[in-house]
Amino acid sequence: MSRERFDAIVVGAGMSGNAAAYTMASRGLKVLQLERGEYPGSKNVQGAILYANMLEGIVPNFRDDAPLERHLVEQRLWIMDDTSHSGMHYRSHDFNEQRANRYTIVRVQFDKWFAGKVREAGGTILCETTATKLARDCSGNVIGVHTDRAGRPILADVVVLAEGVNGVLGTRMGLRDMPKSQNVALAVKEMHFLPEHVIAERFGLTGDQGCVIEALGTISRGMAGLGFLYTNRDSISLGIGCLVSGLAESMESPHTVLNGFKCHPSIKPLLAGSEVKEYAAHLIPEGGFRAIPELHGEGWVVVGDAAQLNNAVHREGSNLAMTSGQIAGEAICTIKNQGRLMTKDNLSLYKSMLDKSFVIKDLIKHKDVPALLHTNSQSLFSTYPKLLSQAAQSFVRVEGSTKIEKEKAAIDAFIKARSRWGLVSDAVRIARAWR
Amino acid sequence: MSESSFEPIEEKLYWNRYLVDAGRPHIRVRRHLSPSASLRALTKICPANCYSFDDAGQVKVVTDGCLECGTCRVLCEATGEIDWNYPRGGFGILFKFG
Ligand SMILES: Cc1cc2nc3c(=O)[nH]c(=O)nc-3n(C[C@H](O)[C@H](O)[C@H](O)COP(=O)(O)OP(=O)(O)OC[C@H]3O[C@@H](n4cnc5c(N)ncnc54)[C@H](O)[C@@H]3O)c2cc1C
Ligand code: SF4
Repeated sequence: MSRERFDAIVVGAGMSGNAAAYTMASRGLKVLQLERGEYPGSKNVQGAILYANMLEGIVPNFRDDAPLERHLVEQRLWIMDDTSHSGMHYRSHDFNEQRANRYTIVRVQFDKWFAGKVREAGGTILCETTATKLARDCSGNVIGVHTDRAGRPILADVVVLAEGVNGVLGTRMGLRDMPKSQNVALAVKEMHFLPEHVIAERFGLTGDQGCVIEALGTISRGMAGLGFLYTNRDSISLGIGCLVSGLAESMESPHTVLNGFKCHPSIKPLLAGSEVKEYAAHLIPEGGFRAIPELHGEGWVVVGDAAQLNNAVHREGSNLAMTSGQIAGEAICTIKNQGRLMTKDNLSLYKSMLDKSFVIKDLIKHKDVPALLHTNSQSLFSTYPKLLSQAAQSFVRVEGSTKIEKEKAAIDAFIKARSRWGLVSDAVRIARAWR
Repeated sequence: MSESSFEPIEEKLYWNRYLVDAGRPHIRVRRHLSPSASLRALTKICPANCYSFDDAGQVKVVTDGCLECGTCRVLCEATGEIDWNYPRGGFGILFKFG
């Protein structure tokens, strides 16, 4: 009996893997998807904001049945010191549109739904199956995968590595390096449950409107890091991520950092009375453009977080994952339809399509940010937030000193903390990185 | 509420669902003379508190509460101090919300 052979094997049923498998299966390719979790999503963690446009490009009518929590009408950015926050809030009625632009989701439920779409499109998903090794022929070309189920390797024309930031296959087979500790953040997250109407009242929301807060400052204790609070229908996702290199140097416990964020006087009242039902941790790729590995080779492509396709500056990852998965799927379908082989040369179609997309263009724009965050973390995440808070407080308090004196005191405090030269060079570096 | 009045990690892990692969830990610490700075850091920065010192001053790991984040792998696989694998398919942490 001849062995079953697939057009493509997709390793992983996260955002990128599901997008790739769906794209190929719905175009008639014979697709096998492997997922190590008991069900798709059982190993995955996200904030989680879903960007509708990218999903719409893959599953146009997703709003009909995807498990969406709230559509976002308000975004807050908070700069925090130990007792205060200064904030920028943006809220617009325009976001109450029929086809909203951003939603919060609960990742496990979303992944189950997306994997269901792959099955509807004809893809086969094998859960509780960990791919352990890539199978190669005598010239080293990838021809399939070995799994932790007994038996011979499963064969396919091409393997799509959608194994996430901590993927072991690609790194162990020498296709890419292991992420460096300064290029990944460890995020810890809790799910706080509250009645729907309480969330609505606390954040000034009606119906399924949502609000999100991103927070930075002394909450990350001088490490490069970011806290987040996202409203779901009847729960709040609360978390904070810090670079692994920062944690290793400072020996701060991430769970204590999260507790500190939780009991900050600006955050605590928003969570009061909640019931916590989960504590999760996951890495986030933060290396940006310079950390992207080789994206394709003989018989394989890599997509999503495994390829470090994550825009840490804008807190976007799932959309880059979905779009890279979709593009890889389209490229593979094109090569297949032309009757060509899945060689490195032919698969360069994936890279050239990706280079033209927002994924690579956005990452190039911010290519200098990771280095800036890594080397200037103390001033960006501790010194400046403290100074900002002092200055704001001094201007708000009325106690008889003149405004000119207050202004001078604030400027002197900045100069004392960072020196004139330090301030100018920080400003130049930040401006360059964000340009 | 002060920070210290929050749940210890061990209590947080009770919120989670796990299917522990009894007798088959997916991470092992290799025998070492004195732990490197990175290995020592894990006793503080593992989000599930899986790493601790034993009586002989060596670092040990108990993987039952592991969240499979990969932090210890990023820090210590290359130094050769730990042997890291995913649990067998289906075992380990099973997020309900993620
Ligand atoms: C705390 C946090 C908050 C975030 N917030 C946001 C946000 O708000 N918006 C946003 O857009 N992005 C966010 N991200 C980023 C986003 O989650 C990722 O970019 C996205 O999940 C990447 O998708 P992926 O498919 O590449 O990887 P993953 O979603 O990690 O999927 C990888 C899959 O592969 C499986 N797998 C791995 N190895 C194997 C193997 N050997 N065999 C079988 N299966 C395997 C895993 O079980 C998993 O299902 C956040 C991330 C974190 C951690
Ligand atoms: S993978 Fe994460 S949770 Fe598990 S032992 Fe390593 S650091 Fe701890």
